[in-house]
Amino acid sequence: MSYLEYHAKSTPTGLRKILYLNWPLVLLLAAAASVGFLMLYSVAGGSISPWLEPQLKRFLLGIGVMLAVAMVPIWFWRNISVLAYSTALLLLLAVELFGSVGMGAQRWIELGPVRLQPSELMKITLVMMLAAYYDWLPANRTSQPLFVFLPVLLILVPTFLVLKQPDLGTSILLLAAGGGVMFIAGVHWAYFVAVISAAVGLVVTVFESRGTPWQLIKDYQFRRIDTFLDPSQDPLGAGYHITQSKIALGSGGWSGRGFMQGTQSRLNFLPEKHTDFIFTTLAEEFGFVGGMTLLSIYVLIIVFCVATAISTKDRFSSLVTLGIALNFFLFFAVNMSMVMGLAPVVGVPLPLVSYGGSAMLVLLAAFGIIQSANVHRPR
Amino acid sequence: MKRTPKDQDSSHRKLTRRTLLLGGLQLGFAGALAARMRFLQVDQADQFRLLAEENRINIRLIAPNRGEIFDRNGVIIAQNTPSYRIVMVPEDAGDVERVIANLNRLMPLDEEDLERAHTEMRRSPPFLPITLVDQISWDDISKVAVNAPALPGITPEVGLARVYPLGGDFAHVVGYVGPVSDYDLSKIEDPEPVLRIPRFQIGKVGFEAKQEKVLRGAAGAKRVEVNAMGRVMRELDRREGEAGADMQLTLDAELQSYVQARLGQESAAAVILDVENGDLRAICSSPSFDPNLFVRGISVADYRSLTEDPYRPLADKTVQGTYPPGSTFKMVTALAGLENGVVSPEETAWCPGHLEVSGRRFHCWKRAGHGHVDLLKSLEQSCDVYYYDLAIKVGIDKISEMANKLGLGIRHDLPMSAVAAGLAPNREWKSRVHGQEWLVGDTVNASIGQGYILASPLQLAVMCGRIASGRSVTPRLIKSIDGVEEPSGAGEPLDISEAHLRDVRKAMYAVSNNRRGTGYRSRIIADGVRMAGKSGTSQVRNITAAERAAGVISNRDLPWERRDHALYVCFAPFDKPKYAVAVVVEHGGGGSSVAAPIARDVLLQALYNGTPPLEAYPAGDRRKIEAQQERLERERLKRRQESGNDQA
Repeated sequence: MSYLEYHAKSTPTGLRKILYLNWPLVLLLAAAASVGFLMLYSVAGGSISPWLEPQLKRFLLGIGVMLAVAMVPIWFWRNISVLAYSTALLLLLAVELFGSVGMGAQRWIELGPVRLQPSELMKITLVMMLAAYYDWLPANRTSQPLFVFLPVLLILVPTFLVLKQPDLGTSILLLAAGGGVMFIAGVHWAYFVAVISAAVGLVVTVFESRGTPWQLIKDYQFRRIDTFLDPSQDPLGAGYHITQSKIALGSGGWSGRGFMQGTQSRLNFLPEKHTDFIFTTLAEEFGFVGGMTLLSIYVLIIVFCVATAISTKDRFSSLVTLGIALNFFLFFAVNMSMVMGLAPVVGVPLPLVSYGGSAMLVLLAAFGIIQSANVHRPR
Repeated sequence: MKRTPKDQDSSHRKLTRRTLLLGGLQLGFAGALAARMRFLQVDQADQFRLLAEENRINIRLIAPNRGEIFDRNGVIIAQNTPSYRIVMVPEDAGDVERVIANLNRLMPLDEEDLERAHTEMRRSPPFLPITLVDQISWDDISKVAVNAPALPGITPEVGLARVYPLGGDFAHVVGYVGPVSDYDLSKIEDPEPVLRIPRFQIGKVGFEAKQEKVLRGAAGAKRVEVNAMGRVMRELDRREGEAGADMQLTLDAELQSYVQARLGQESAAAVILDVENGDLRAICSSPSFDPNLFVRGISVADYRSLTEDPYRPLADKTVQGTYPPGSTFKMVTALAGLENGVVSPEETAWCPGHLEVSGRRFHCWKRAGHGHVDLLKSLEQSCDVYYYDLAIKVGIDKISEMANKLGLGIRHDLPMSAVAAGLAPNREWKSRVHGQEWLVGDTVNASIGQGYILASPLQLAVMCGRIASGRSVTPRLIKSIDGVEEPSGAGEPLDISEAHLRDVRKAMYAVSNNRRGTGYRSRIIADGVRMAGKSGTSQVRNITAAERAAGVISNRDLPWERRDHALYVCFAPFDKPKYAVAVVVEHGGGGSSVAAPIARDVLLQALYNGTPPLEAYPAGDRRKIEAQQERLERERLKRRQESGNDQA
């Protein structure tokens, strides 16, 4: 069913659209963000500056953006998918050419007062692009090699650009999210088996390349992998992050040490306690109960997204909703695995909770698209 | 593109199927995360909580207060007094060099201090305080306080510093403390953590070093919360340390100070022993030095002047110095002869001024000879030939045995640095150490305390005390620790016949009280405190036959370091011995002329527990003694004022 077949009168119009928003999802997003507010207040030592206040403002702005995006019909978003993807790709190229260097990597470009991180944008536009592609592609051609090759190219080009920045975490997220959308769209099993085997081969090759002139990833990335595999190897260097983070988590126990009582974060044993490692503060101060609460909120967000996706007959809506949900899932899954010592330290923030500029705005805008799909679902 | 509804349905079903599959995978992963969280936070919580505590809590040691040292009357010898120092937190100071320059304008800083402060600054994080100057006056402290605005990061601090108010009087006995050095640490196996406290002071020499364990006490500890940088955030709790034990010495500060003054600038040593219980009443080595210099950190120039002084002020001559005892050893030879039945007190020997022994001629100090000599006369006039003859008859092994009985050639266990054992050799010793047979000539030399025989002033005092009391008196320096009395050193009765001891004592009495006695000029005439003594003049060079022929050069004409040592041992009162005294004046010349007057003055001072009445002295000496007493009193007053000023 294409947007052309929508009956204009079957979708709500005007302010009535607000009633058709997925309100439970909005509340869940607000709940997750509130956990973030609480923690940012705590890690600042009981102060709204320097983190809570800007984060609150960004969240309100993000909610506004989300509602605005939700009001716009989903077919509009489908139509601009190609344009959005191309823009994001150009911005990535621009970062590659003119971007500022921060934290040892080229990741953003300055657009007046706004600092734009195109890789964030790419996570969403790639999903939109792929959803639009499979909406356009007849189902019987989905697994034809040529039509499989095309989306693979769409995924690999931005992945490669992000990897060059270098930002290993985001490039893996792009790859996984893109692959996920292709899988849902119904590409044949065999392709995935082949790709996964190839990926294993690649990993082996990457490790083989270590120390050779054609080394494929940076030394610090190798070291991160090393310390992930054995944090005790370098307890005061790179392994410090993982060790301290596990100590913080573990010492939280069942119900935590109490709000603003976490010694690990308060005494600065935790690195980047307000961004990538914010979950450890939560787990330290509110324990297993606190950690599980946030995890449950996240899982519920995914469940609501999946329910929305299944209930709509519009292929673009389903795919874009599931793609964004998958992205969201990958964010928190990778971040939590990292702080719990299940994955190497890669720079992936905890969605909606970590202090951070463009990530939250882009994410809320993306949820705006999911809301738009929900509002403009033919009834 | 146009699609059939059937097409749509199948693709939608496929999409739903795969969505649920992927959703299931995601849910599964979330479950894994939850399980991991449970594992870390519930199953392993205790372990991680412990690690977090270890992270956050640091144990800091609190230095214990060192035990103080008192004399037998409670006069303080070593005390802890508040000392002011200036510390700087480089982080708060900002421009460190400018602040130091400002401070330098207020109070000139030592080049060495600055050097050390800079090294410390490089080593420690900027939030830890660095000591700039230590032990400064109250005036300087107030200057710093007044100018505080110009000196950011600088604070005056008060701590405890070891002070020896009596200065040089106890420098050799008590020693001094100083900051732990790397060298000190390297000598100690498994050093206590408290020693790692920067600038922690430990005993370096003397009593302070020997009784370190008792004086130090136990360190306290405080638990502090630190952040990842090691900065102290707050104190959680503290357990105060246990102060070191206060110690009371057997020494009498008044007497000690008198003796030190009486020895003056001679290179000399004097020991006063209470023969009733072994208490050391005074034990002085001269010249002395100010131990406070070492506590503060002695300057290179001061240190060099101490080490290069030929009179060796840093050495404790009372226990470390060993000297040929000379004629003071004759009591040992005499007792060995009497005890072994070789001679009786009445038996006489003939002294023609020398004795031929296996072709070698041994001279008596009196070239003309003493004629017929019995035991009393032999000691009274210190005839050498009598003892040559006696020693050959009794043999060196018996003499050595008697010397050991009287406390020579054995190390007395005193808490002082490098207490020497001296030497009372026998045949076995010479063959063991020198690989040579003991010769009869060696015995002849030994009989008058020359040759191999060596004794410290402490040992001579013990010897004299044992002869006087007839008991094996052992010297004792510690009277009590934290008020608990230490065992007395009175000792068991000696395995020597009382009759023989009495004969020797009588002869010693004659030395001091008979007109012809060598110590007659330094006698005590007050009844009830009459003294008995024995002089000794020990050679530090060999007198060759040629030299003897040309006439022995008088001590006065020799360079200082080749002159004879002057010795005197004595005890009093004769009827009921209380104190035994030994005096050694290095290269002083004659024992009877140099050492005996000192020994007599010291003995009287002890007997009268202060300045003795002039009536105790022979009438002819009184004017001289009066002048000397006044001079010493003035000197002591002056010194007391000086050390008083030091502390203010």
